[in-house]
Amino acid sequence: MLKKRIIPCLDIKDGRTVKGVSFINLIDAGDPVELAKAYVKQGADELVFLDITATIENRKALAGLVERIAAEINIPFTVGGGIDTVNDVSILIKAGADKVTVNSSAVRRPKLISEIAGQFGSQCIVVAIDTKLVDDEWIVVVDGGRTITELITINWARRVEELGAGEILLTSMNNDGTKAGFSIDITGEVSRSVNIPVIASGGAGLMEHFRDVFFNTSCSAALAASIFHFGEITIPDLKKYLINEKISIRY
Amino acid sequence: MIAILKYSAGNIKSVQNALTRLGYKSIITENPSELLNADKVIFPGVGEASSAIHYLKERGLDKTIISLKQPVLGICLGLHLMCRFSEEGGTKCLGIFDTDVRLFPPVDKIPHMGWNNCLTMKGDLFRDVTVDDDLYYVHSYYAEISSYTVATCDYIIPFSAAMQKGNFYATQFHPEKSAETGEKILKNFLEL
Repeated sequence: MLKKRIIPCLDIKDGRTVKGVSFINLIDAGDPVELAKAYVKQGADELVFLDITATIENRKALAGLVERIAAEINIPFTVGGGIDTVNDVSILIKAGADKVTVNSSAVRRPKLISEIAGQFGSQCIVVAIDTKLVDDEWIVVVDGGRTITELITINWARRVEELGAGEILLTSMNNDGTKAGFSIDITGEVSRSVNIPVIASGGAGLMEHFRDVFFNTSCSAALAASIFHFGEITIPDLKKYLINEKISIRY
Repeated sequence: MIAILKYSAGNIKSVQNALTRLGYKSIITENPSELLNADKVIFPGVGEASSAIHYLKERGLDKTIISLKQPVLGICLGLHLMCRFSEEGGTKCLGIFDTDVRLFPPVDKIPHMGWNNCLTMKGDLFRDVTVDDDLYYVHSYYAEISSYTVATCDYIIPFSAAMQKGNFYATQFHPEKSAETGEKILKNFLEL
């Protein structure tokens, strides 16, 4: 049976992990490769690395980091942040990334999705959609939530599927950082509306939140950052809990 | 020396990285004599079937592959290309496995992406591996179950997770991305 995936997300700035990581027993907690290795050991099903600086100067450094990750990590990983062109993707894929994720740049120029899918295959393009509830309607937001677009989330999700996205990483900006749980309604609605896998993101605070999103929606994976980084929830504990709750999980 | 076939597909470096982690030296090559003289050949792949076959045929590598006598391991698209025909791009493939590759019916999410266990498994590749171990898949097309099937997996319908015919082995899952279980399978292949 296909398992639901648990995906830690690592934010990268100048080649280091940010958001204060309090992993114990690590030689260097700021080194993304060391942190990634620790997550793999704990049983993470995939990893996402987001370059939050994503300037042109940092691009080379990011490619170097991706090479190091690829050399040491034996599970799939996605890299994102500031990808605007097929050439950006090419550099990251050549360095060893399995998938890339695009967000604002795809909203500004949707054809980017089909260009990437055309050259590297749908399996390698994860479209990140940030969404916010505005006047009772889930709307797509870009630039880290600062800019509200006119796109209705469901419509954009269907559109990115048509354009060749292999997966959607859906973050509810209303829930992100609240630790009050994933947004069940928009995650459920997007998962039902597309035939590609959807990764739920934003709001994880308790193990129950993972159960709820897997139980109540058809999402394929759930992503979280700080709760894992700060050790509030460990991946083995979470997986044990989800198995007890009859969720299909790799353990 | 292990030769990894270089062609118009992604994921080749991942295979080399996995071999390096296991302590094996490898070369990525499309040189027929290097392929013919290698101890083992790995035919990896993430990509699209018709353009991949076109690339191989243009360079005469289709003939090289079918003439290989040492153990050969096709991965994902490599498995598809070793079959007779793929519905992806209506592609006539290499015909090593006399069976066809079909698109999953759209009754669940496609691609089949993520970790899945096998229903059945047998043979050299799966030494020390059990049906409870999960392997990483990402594919929209699958090989039908046939007399070459040595492992089965179920997603929408049962399909070939691995196949073998003589010296030709192939897996639908990505052993190079399947954590420790994948490493065991790669090691089993490398020790053949």
